[in-house]
Amino acid sequence: MPSSNQLSRDRLIWMYTQMCRIREFEERVKRTFVEHPGVIRGHAHLADGAEASIVGSLATRQQTDLVMPSYRCHGYPLVLGTPARALMSEIYQRKDGVCKGFGGSMHLADPTRHFPTASGIIGQGIAHAAGAAFAAQVKKTGQVVYSFFGDGSTKQGAFYETLNLAAVWKLPIVFILENNEYQAYTHISLEDANAKAGEPLAQKAKAFSIPGVTVDGTDPLKVYDVMTTAVERARSGQGPSLVESKFYRFSPHGNAITVPPVPTQFQEHESIEVYGNRAEFEAAKKSDPIAKFRAHLIADGFFADADAKKIEETVRAEMEDVVKFALASPFPSPTDAVNYVYA
Amino acid sequence: MPREMMYAEAIAVAITEEMQRTPNVVFYGQNMAMTDRDPFVRKFGKDRVRITPISETAELGVAVGAAMMGLRPIVELYMSEFMLVAFDQVINEAPRMRYMSGGQVKVPVVFKAGFGFAAGWAGQHSNCIYSTMMGIPGLKLAVPSNAADALGLMKSAIRDDNPVVYLHHYMLMLDKCAVPDGDHLVPFGVADIKRAGTDVTIVATAWMVKKSLAAAATLAKLGISAEVIDPRTLAPLDVKTIVESVKKTGRLVLVDQAPRQSSAAVIIAGEIAEHGFKYLKAPVKLVTAMDTSVPYSEPMESFVLPSEEKIVATVESVLAKRVAAV
Repeated sequence: MPSSNQLSRDRLIWMYTQMCRIREFEERVKRTFVEHPGVIRGHAHLADGAEASIVGSLATRQQTDLVMPSYRCHGYPLVLGTPARALMSEIYQRKDGVCKGFGGSMHLADPTRHFPTASGIIGQGIAHAAGAAFAAQVKKTGQVVYSFFGDGSTKQGAFYETLNLAAVWKLPIVFILENNEYQAYTHISLEDANAKAGEPLAQKAKAFSIPGVTVDGTDPLKVYDVMTTAVERARSGQGPSLVESKFYRFSPHGNAITVPPVPTQFQEHESIEVYGNRAEFEAAKKSDPIAKFRAHLIADGFFADADAKKIEETVRAEMEDVVKFALASPFPSPTDAVNYVYA
Repeated sequence: MPREMMYAEAIAVAITEEMQRTPNVVFYGQNMAMTDRDPFVRKFGKDRVRITPISETAELGVAVGAAMMGLRPIVELYMSEFMLVAFDQVINEAPRMRYMSGGQVKVPVVFKAGFGFAAGWAGQHSNCIYSTMMGIPGLKLAVPSNAADALGLMKSAIRDDNPVVYLHHYMLMLDKCAVPDGDHLVPFGVADIKRAGTDVTIVATAWMVKKSLAAAATLAKLGISAEVIDPRTLAPLDVKTIVESVKKTGRLVLVDQAPRQSSAAVIIAGEIAEHGFKYLKAPVKLVTAMDTSVPYSEPMESFVLPSEEKIVATVESVLAKRVAAV
């Protein structure tokens, strides 16, 4: 696989476009709580801030490689090619949703585009991802599985059990630990032994004698290079790696948990809402992955400001249409609920 | 010619035959397939037959993920209680994925575990936790009571496109019976009348079927004709066959190795209260374990568990009620 400085202009612009699509999609989800209260039920978790990490990772995929994220799962299928209309319709509880209204924000799935499912229970999907890698190994498909999860998941038994088993079986999988510094509402310094000691979370890999790398998750090209190494290792039968991708999520864990009929919205980030630390949040915003990548591409002459604006305008138009489409999509019939209990 | 087979052997034969039939069936668990001399490793190789660490969450979760990608994993768990440390995968992952994805995936896994080991295994290794897995939409639950059913239900479990918890009873492992020749499949959701009778219906599963059949033989000598029904799968549960039997006998005794309120018997009693009430000539009676943990010492263990004597006495009491009423 080429290193990031060999990526073509088209590929770089594709990466920038995908990052913009994720950001705009998540912004539209967030705005829905204000503009169309009640349209989104339950809990939604956004990936704003994770764009470089997601796109930099997925840019290393081969055609049939599998992606198995946690419940914070809107961004990946956008990059994999799932129509944004189908994703938003699912989040809006509609019939045209990618899961026909059975799953919602936390349980998106598009197996035809190599995104089998997402579990809403923290850490449990890591084991499913290893299972997909086990299937790839037994069936000799050559696939690599991309297992995405947050820093909070690394305190679950499923993480330790699965990484140990994956290392023993040399499964073709890359574990991407998205360290966004918050386990739901709790700052990582309060719950992670490595963080408390001022050490990187990637060193959890040492417990399984596999490579563990920390990368700046706000830079898609750095993520791309680290992932390239990890994916090649997995594909060549040498087993898993742990990639700690560090970035900051700009939205809080999810929309506020309220009991109907009290409306729910996204509050401010926990750093402000819970910890009163606005300075931390403002500092993180200065390292916005989209702004940084945009500036980088302009500085290196891959596109001009006007080209970037054109992409951003196209993405805005796409997501405007997506919201309109999803709002107009019919609800499932109540009796559809009896389908799909058994295969 | 039917083959005479031990219950434990029947399970192994079923797994072997299905692994021969379908390359996508894989089999793994702790403390198995440790050397190349392992019979499954010899037949199917180390790719399809594997040893795992003591990591039930990973074992079950890997099965769920592998099943979604086209394998048919059988996970050897040894004891049903070992599922408890990974119960999220059993209850809240395997049976949810198809539904939450709007029918896009299927999860054909078999979680195989023994249970009810009433041989001095005390409080944590002798339990009957099956009722916690009944009524989980999407999850199936097989509980064979003899070798023929053990074989036929395992083959059906492996071929099923849904997650199946397959519970075999430790106290039956060495019991032999005739197993039909050929590709013997026992369908899910079809109860079996293990002994026909006219005076009272006894419903029991696994080891309790054996005890109920012994009780029925004793009752026959007392002039009481007991019908013994084995649901064979608790999910799906064949309520219809039980109702039909109660229609005939008018009396129902439910025998269950679990404590009363965590038994399958209370669930069956509820179904009969709704669907069979008009046929009942006497109240439904339950013979279950007492509301204690399972004690270690043998006299205490025997005291808290259902026995042939308790079943006989309960049947007699149900019939006595009829006599009193007349």
